[in-house]
Parts: sequence; C-alpha cells; structure tokens
Amino acid sequence: MTFTKTLLASTALAFAAGSVSAEEMTIVSWGGAYSKSQLKAYHEPYSAKSGVTIINDDSSAEAVAKLRAMNEAQNVTWDLVDVEAADAIRLCDEGLAMEVDHDADLAAAPDGTSASDDFGDMIVSECFVPQIVFSTTFGYRTDMVPAGVEPPKGACDVFDLKTYPGKRALNKRPIANMEWALLCDGVAYKDVYATLETEEGQARAFAKLDTIKDQTVWWSSSAEPIQLLADGEVFMASAYNGRLFSMIAEQKQPVGMAWDWQMFDLDGWIIPAGISDERLALVKDYLNFATDTQRLADQAKFISYGPARASSAPLVGKHAELGIDMAPHMPTDPNNAENTFVNNYNWWADYRDDIDAKFQAWLAK
Amino acid sequence: MSDTTGNGPVLAADGTPLKRSLARALRREKTRALLLIAPLLLFVLISFIFPIGSMLFRSVENDIVADTLPNTVVLLAKWDSSTGDLPGEDVYAAMAVDMFAAVAAKKHTRLGTRLNYEKTGVSSLFRQSGRKIKKWDPVNDGPYKAKFLELHKGWGDIEVWRTIQTHSGRVTSGYFLNAIDMQKTPDGPKAQPEDKQILITLFKRTLFMSMVITVSCVLLGYPVAWILANLPMRKANLLMILVLLPFWTSLLVRTSAWKVMLQQQGVINDVLVWLGLVNDADRLVMINNQFGTIVAMTHILLPFMILPMYSVMQTIPETYLRAAKSLGATNWTAFWRVYFPQSIPGIGAGSILVFILSIGYYITPEIVGGTKGVFISNRIAYHISSSLNWGLAAALGAILLGVVLILYWAYDKIVGIDNVKLG
Repeated sequence: MTFTKTLLASTALAFAAGSVSAEEMTIVSWGGAYSKSQLKAYHEPYSAKSGVTIINDDSSAEAVAKLRAMNEAQNVTWDLVDVEAADAIRLCDEGLAMEVDHDADLAAAPDGTSASDDFGDMIVSECFVPQIVFSTTFGYRTDMVPAGVEPPKGACDVFDLKTYPGKRALNKRPIANMEWALLCDGVAYKDVYATLETEEGQARAFAKLDTIKDQTVWWSSSAEPIQLLADGEVFMASAYNGRLFSMIAEQKQPVGMAWDWQMFDLDGWIIPAGISDERLALVKDYLNFATDTQRLADQAKFISYGPARASSAPLVGKHAELGIDMAPHMPTDPNNAENTFVNNYNWWADYRDDIDAKFQAWLAK
Repeated sequence: MSDTTGNGPVLAADGTPLKRSLARALRREKTRALLLIAPLLLFVLISFIFPIGSMLFRSVENDIVADTLPNTVVLLAKWDSSTGDLPGEDVYAAMAVDMFAAVAAKKHTRLGTRLNYEKTGVSSLFRQSGRKIKKWDPVNDGPYKAKFLELHKGWGDIEVWRTIQTHSGRVTSGYFLNAIDMQKTPDGPKAQPEDKQILITLFKRTLFMSMVITVSCVLLGYPVAWILANLPMRKANLLMILVLLPFWTSLLVRTSAWKVMLQQQGVINDVLVWLGLVNDADRLVMINNQFGTIVAMTHILLPFMILPMYSVMQTIPETYLRAAKSLGATNWTAFWRVYFPQSIPGIGAGSILVFILSIGYYITPEIVGGTKGVFISNRIAYHISSSLNWGLAAALGAILLGVVLILYWAYDKIVGIDNVKLG
C-alpha cells in the first residue's frame, strides 16, 4: 500500500516537474518550404538560445476558422499564428487576435530606429507583426513564347491574347484580378480602388476579365499554378513569387518571371486572443527575437521573400544551399519591376464579401 | 388462479400485485437496455446532435447587434426611417455610450463585420470610428450628432442607420434570405441584385450533377456487381479487390490522378493526338468543367454503388434465371422480368448512398470543377473558413440538410424505404 502511494506520488511529481521544465510553444504556419525557412532562421536559433521546444502546426490555411472555433470553445491551443495581412485585419476585427504594442514588444533596429518606424507602412493592423513581403506575380513558359515576339513583362500581357495566345491561370478570387483588370484597362494606379468602389468600375473590371475568361484556368491552392506551368497546361500563370523562384532556380523549369504590376502582399504573425499571461510572456520573448533585423534578413537565405523591415534589406545575402545572390529575386528589388501594386487591405476588408459574391456569380455565368 | 380470492388483484409469489411486479421487471429490463446504449447515446448526443444543432441555430441567431448597442437599439426602434431624416440627438447620444463601452470591450469591430454583410463599408466605419471614440467622454461631450457627423461621413448616411434598425432583432431571417439570393431590407425581403445571385444556381447545379453522378454510377456499377455476384468465389474475390483498391486510396490522390489523365497535356489527350484522332492544336477540354467533376466523382463514388448492389445480387438464386429460361423466356425477358426486379433494393441503397454523399461533396469539385463544376458545399466552405460569415454558412447547410430529408421522404413514399437493402 505504501509502495503504491509512493509510486503515485512520485509519478504525480514527475508530471508536475515535466510540465514546468520543458517549455513548449505551438507556432502555426503554412508548411512546405516556407515553414522550413522559418525553422532555420527563427525556431532553431531560438530553441538553442532559450531551451523552449517549438511545435510546428501547418494550419495557416485554415487559421481564421480554427481560431474562431478555439475562441468560442475557450480553449486556445496555439501561441503564435502566421497569416496574410488581410486575414490579420479580419482576425483583429473579430477580436480573435491580440493587439500588439510594436515599439514596446519588438526589437528596435540596430541603428536605434523604433520598430514601428522600421516596419513603417507594413503594420496594417494593430494586431499584425509583419514578417515578409511577397508578391503575386506572373510566370510564363519560355518555350511557348511565339517566335519573334518579346517575352511578356507583366500583368497586362495576360490580357493580350493576340500577342500571347494560350491559356492563362489566375487565382479564383477577386483580390488582385480586379485591380489588374482595371490597371490594364487604363485606370491610373491611384484611382483603382476609387473606381472599384463604383458599380461602373466593377462592371468595367469584369468586362476586361471577360476578354480572357474562356482562356483562363482558375486556381485555388497556391501549388496549382506551378503545376499548371510545369505541365505546359498554361502559358502564363499568376503565382506567389517564392514558388516561382523555387521552380526556376531549384527545379530548373523553362519558366520566366514577368514582374510588372506585381501585387505586393504581406505575411506576418498574430497572437491569438485568450492565451494565458504566462504563455503570452513567452510568445513576446520569441517575437522580439524572431522579428529583429538580423533574423528577418536570415530568412531570405532560404526563400525569396523580402524582409518586412527596412533595416533588414541591406543584410540579405546568398541562398543557403544554391549559393546564388538572393537580392535580385526579392519582390522588393527595384530592378524587377517598373510598376508595383500595393494591395489596399483595409479597402478589401469592407468590399471583400460584396465583390466576392459578384465575382463568383460572374464565374458561374 | 388458485390463490386469488374473489375479484382481488392477482398476486405474485411475494404478495405484491402481479401487475406491479411485472411492470417493475419490465422497467428494470428497459433501464438495463437504456444503460447499455447510454454510452453510445451520450456520444451521439454530445458529439453529433448538439454541435450540429448549435451550428444550425446560428442561421437565425442575431444577438450581436442588440448586445453591443443596447441603448441605441431601443431608441432606434422608435425612429421613423421613412421620413428621410437622420435619427435625433438622443439616438446619437445613446450610440456614443454604446460605442464607448463596445470599444472598451473590443466588440465594435465584430459588430462592424456583422453589419458589413448587409451594407458594404460599415466595417471600416466602425473600425475607424472606434479609434477616436475611445478618447471621448460619452456623457459630457455632447451634442453627439455633430460629433459623429464630423467623425465620419458614414454616420450621416441614412442607410447605415436603417441597416442597424433592420438588423437589430435577436432572431433574424436575414441569413436564410441571403441563402436563397434574397436580402432583408428596411422595406422587407427583396431579391439580390442580379450580379450577386449565385446560390440558387449552385443549389440547382449541385442537385442536377449529383443526379447525373448517381445515374452514371448505376449504369457503370450494375454490370460489375452482376459479374461479381455470378463468378466463382475465387475469381470474384480477386475482382472485389480491384473494386476496393481505389476505395482505400486517398481521395486527393485519385482526384489528382484524374487531373493528370484529363488535362489538355494529359494522358488521354496525348494518346488521342498520337493516334491522330484529335488535332494537336485543339486538344479536348475535359477538366475544370462539369465533365471533369462528373467523371472524377463517379469514379470515386462507384464502390458505394457496387457494394450494396453486389450484396443484394448475391442473395438472388441463379436457379430463378434458369427456371425462367426453361419456361421459354428469352435472355432479356428473364433478366428484365425476373432478375432485375429482385436487384432493385440494391440499386436503391446504392443510389441513396451515392446521392447523399455527392450532394455534400467538397474537395473534388474544388480541384477539378473549374468555374462551372463547383457545388454549394464549396460556397459553404468559403463562408466557414474565409469570410467567417457562419450565419450564412449555417443557413446554407440547413437548406442542404432539408433538401436531403425531403428527398429521403420522397424516396420512402415512391419506392419505400423497406425496399432498401445493404445486404
């Protein structure tokens, strides 16, 4: 009897001790090459420094719905979540993400510039800690460019069926496509969203998209356009620049980049609302480390996404395995595109539901 | 009957009336049965009925407006929106109090998102106003009407106030109206503008395509099931493995395989071009449309049709066919008049299974459906995971559930549910 009691007591003690000593943190991200770059640049150095075990969960694609379900069940099991800027705004609006004091919680740049100045416009929401700049841009099959024709340069060549016949692949959602349609129909960059707010502007965008509708394959997961290009199913496809980079540089596919009017987008961290103070302290410690100038620059060694801090840009070096210079492959490199487009997330937060319904109705027609 | 006296009650051995004793024994029996199934019952209740019920309840629930703006809603109810005048100072003052509290509780943006489903632009109106209202004194800073109008021009838009007024009830029909391409407006239910009508189309398409898939499964599965049922055991088992093998393969793998087969640079087109049947320049378009969805889903759901048909056909004695033929029936008559009627329960079971599965299918249409091959479930998934409009998703789901139940009921009336056999 005494023996059993001792055994029970010691087991309980071991459990208690175990839960205190081995600190764990669950970080949610997108998986694949992107998660790997975070593992190398952030997680491994942080674990080595602090002894915290980091558990990766590749659920970012369903993060918005899952966070809401966790919040309603009052059992938030995630500590930090990687989401797109538009989702960060939505999560912040829904009260599912915690507000962050950027200057108090994040490290300043090496020259002393405060974090909020260093990130600048990238901070699109109070809950959002920016991490990378990526872009939705175009890849094309170099072997399918008609003879004697200049290869395509950017988004507007997608609408030019005469010069560049063949199928195109576009994302099956209105964001980016509506803006490109208007830009390539002659609307000035600064007027795009004002135009898109009106019924006539929306009709104009749809009319422009109508011209290529029967030549377009619509994708919904980001691996699809890459596969479509690799199979030669389409001539041009919109895709995330990091995926195009790995297709061209790592897999040596006959694909070229058409950067003009690339659509900038942001990705970064949010802290789920409702985690305990103890865990919050740990998360903030990690955030402070993982979003400092050097760490953000380090990530660019593994994937061709630009660091969101201005002070990180000069530190971007060579690819960790291929040894090629990464700077020219960054969407932020000024040589890549004459024109770039910055997505207006707050505008989309208002208009997304309305225009998405119209877009789906248009697709079904 | 020997120990009863006169017309007194019949007694059991221990002296209690037999009736009561019997009832007690029965009750004990019932309790035991209930206890035995209790774990399952509880499990189903907790993990199935309750979550589904609470999810469906979201389709009518609308507490958020009245909870976030309690004072405003009461005053706004008395406001007559038809005059074309903005609400008076009292409403604005109540709004200041409510918004101040909501901003402190960080609930104003959530309300903004909710109302943005009804009127585009309200989301940013609430978000932007919240930042400034935080600094107000909600009691002594009046008059508030002027303050609000200065804050954001949205507060001077009569449509914003009408939207809040219309959607202030705790129970709403708005989501269900949205689900059938209508909207709840201050002037009653109205059809959505034509360029936003999509859901009815998707419902019709889902039903139509599910029926086509069911019929093609019957046509393809019937001969296979017949062969399976009539081959010697050893060969039948081998064939059965061929039927089951795809069944055990991941759904995604099979769907992607169809992509490789059907796409323009895919296997089928390559073979056709190589044979010279199709010109290289105009390869067939077989995927990212309805055809692709029907082919892929028919293949994926085929085992659900073959298995019930097979198990029913196995029970039909071969001798019946032989008897029919020996009585002078042709092959066709023997099949059609004798064999086929007996196999109908299998067709029924398979059809119900395939139809109900395909009506809620999501992943295959998403991958191979293109623009004209997607189902209503793809829209439900969008509202659950991207737009977070769970009310609308719940309404769409409730309608889908209702449609399935009606079809099930109709099937019961026409064919009879007793006529369905899984084996």
